[in-house]
Amino acid sequence: MEAPLMHLALVGTPNSGKTSLFNALTGSRQKVANYPGVTVERKEGSFVTPLGRQVSVVDLPGTYSLRGRSPDEEITRDIVLGRTPGEALPDLVLCVADSTNLRLTIRLVLELKRTARPLMLVLNMFDIATRRGVTVDVAGLSAALGIPVVTSIAVRKGGTADLLRRTDEIAAQAPVPAQQNLWQPLTVAELRATQREADRIIAANISLPVRPDTWTARIDAVVLHPVAGLAILALILFVMFQAVFAWAQPLMELLSSAFTALGQMVHDTLPAGLLQSFLQNGVISGVGSVIVFLPQIVIIFLFILLLEDFGYMARAAFLMDRIMGGAGLHGRAFIPLLSSFACAIPGIMATRVIDNRRDRLTTILIAPLMTCSARIPVYTLIISAFIPDQQIWGWFNLRGLVMFGLYTAGIASALGVSFLIKFLMWRDYAPAPFMLELPDYKLPRARSIAIGVYTRAKMFLQRAGTTIFSMMVLIWFLASFPLAPAGAQDPAINYSFAAVIGKALEPLLAPLGFNWQIAVALIPGMAAREVAVAALGTVYAIEGGKEAAEQIGQMLATKWSLATALSLLAWYIFAPQCASTLAVIRRETGSWKWMAITFAYMFALAYAASLATYTIARALGAG
Amino acid sequence: MHGTKKNNDVRPQMPLGLAKRGFSGVIRHLAVEDSGSALSAVELESRLIELGFVEGARVKILHEGIVGRDPIAVRVENVTIAVRRREAMAIIVA
Repeated sequence: MEAPLMHLALVGTPNSGKTSLFNALTGSRQKVANYPGVTVERKEGSFVTPLGRQVSVVDLPGTYSLRGRSPDEEITRDIVLGRTPGEALPDLVLCVADSTNLRLTIRLVLELKRTARPLMLVLNMFDIATRRGVTVDVAGLSAALGIPVVTSIAVRKGGTADLLRRTDEIAAQAPVPAQQNLWQPLTVAELRATQREADRIIAANISLPVRPDTWTARIDAVVLHPVAGLAILALILFVMFQAVFAWAQPLMELLSSAFTALGQMVHDTLPAGLLQSFLQNGVISGVGSVIVFLPQIVIIFLFILLLEDFGYMARAAFLMDRIMGGAGLHGRAFIPLLSSFACAIPGIMATRVIDNRRDRLTTILIAPLMTCSARIPVYTLIISAFIPDQQIWGWFNLRGLVMFGLYTAGIASALGVSFLIKFLMWRDYAPAPFMLELPDYKLPRARSIAIGVYTRAKMFLQRAGTTIFSMMVLIWFLASFPLAPAGAQDPAINYSFAAVIGKALEPLLAPLGFNWQIAVALIPGMAAREVAVAALGTVYAIEGGKEAAEQIGQMLATKWSLATALSLLAWYIFAPQCASTLAVIRRETGSWKWMAITFAYMFALAYAASLATYTIARALGAG
Repeated sequence: MHGTKKNNDVRPQMPLGLAKRGFSGVIRHLAVEDSGSALSAVELESRLIELGFVEGARVKILHEGIVGRDPIAVRVENVTIAVRRREAMAIIVA
């Protein structure tokens, strides 16, 4: 008979190595979704124990206590207590600790014990602790805490063997009779008492090295230096953007020619007609022009995950706290805003680390101004078509510099808007506190990073396969029907629905230098910004035949003036063109009002910026 | 604060928020009333304790930010915590 599925829950303080343990246990057998009703990320995975028991494990949001002062921490509390409908009460709670840094975790263990759930303490990163001279009396610690304690090295093969063996042992025992949950939110006196108790247990069972981690101290001496630290931060960001532009290029060209070849194959195989046009121009060139950007998205997530795992993200927040504070932002907003460079959706979701509502709202409102990866396709296309590929001062690439400028414009406007929000709405309120653990530096592990990048790339491809695909079919339909009348002189698209919509919008967008083809492309761009590129391709491909589809960029260079191109770049810095971002804002703020405010202010900014850019560019002779 | 006096009782007590980089001392008590923080006294005290700021813990200021020497990176026993000076005013050290 098969044993029933065992449910494990991973709990721990932030930076405890919970996620690397989760990755070690489950590998790529992970599912990332949301808890119903809230946008807290739910990470679940599965594995089989040495004795063949099926185990399902959830990685709960990191927390220092069960007080639940943010939506993330409430999820952790409610799942541990079995209060979440539809979630299994964990058969075993694993409290994960960084063995070099047990003080705060031991206090959390003492609090978790009050819930009366089966509990085991996992001393993770035990190798690093040993190397640093931390010695732990594991048996003594287990006796003092009254729970099983195991050591683990999540990043080493076989490093979780002990953990797996003990899990099997616990599973084999007779089920523990349900015990009374004695946990109540702790009073200040109880908190203090548990920390004192934790310190007493640590003093009796753990001996710490006299000197702290010298590597962390040495790196911090430079990285947290007021001047050198900021220079390093700027350098990291600069390298990141040059990399996104330069390193991805060969791979992107490879992908691009693969899709063109595929389209050509379809073109040659099928008879000319609607089906051929649908597959080649609608499906293959549409989806292909989005998937081409996978290398850039992988690179940006690679950087973010590396910096996160190394422990640099918290340092960046430390360096930026007061500088961002001048613009009315919390230091913790740095991480959500940096994530927004990849995509505003995870960025907005990451604002849950900010527990003050006003700070959080400000961050949510400006997150879409950070240049997300979906804008890269649009920027890349226009930059390669209009900006010459030349070196400046022998070192910098002009295209890279324009890209850097666009990112800077996004950041500057975000800071400006945040300052205005603070000035207009919350003039008289004391800033919320900034309290953050600066973890010891750790060498990022290839496997963990790979799993992280893989998960995100998969999410991007799924989006390309669903939302973007259906939008491509829609735009192809709008651009193809009604069919041109027999004997028509103009390109077929001039008779389509797309032309009707585009021309209706043209008077509104004409002052910005946008023709009706751009207006048509902006409509499906509402689903996802990058779709606009594919849409431009479709619009011009259908208009100009397959030669144009192969070189959208060259096509644009002949059809648009430089002023129009610059105006479209300016539009894209601000344009509120992402239905999913707006949907997430509504969900996260719980109100249509904030969504409407975001849309309105971004639209106004986009219009003003484009108008100014176009007018100035024309005055300078770029019209 | 009544028991037998230890040696470091001789040092004057001061808020950690006023200490300079390189300061090293021991937490004497938390004074969360009227700290100027946006948090309520109970919330501030709870968070400070959860991050390990309890009486008797050894602290050292390792780093300071560039603007107004704020925030500060504080070594609390063997953990490093970043806090703003405003909140650190509630931590009385000697």
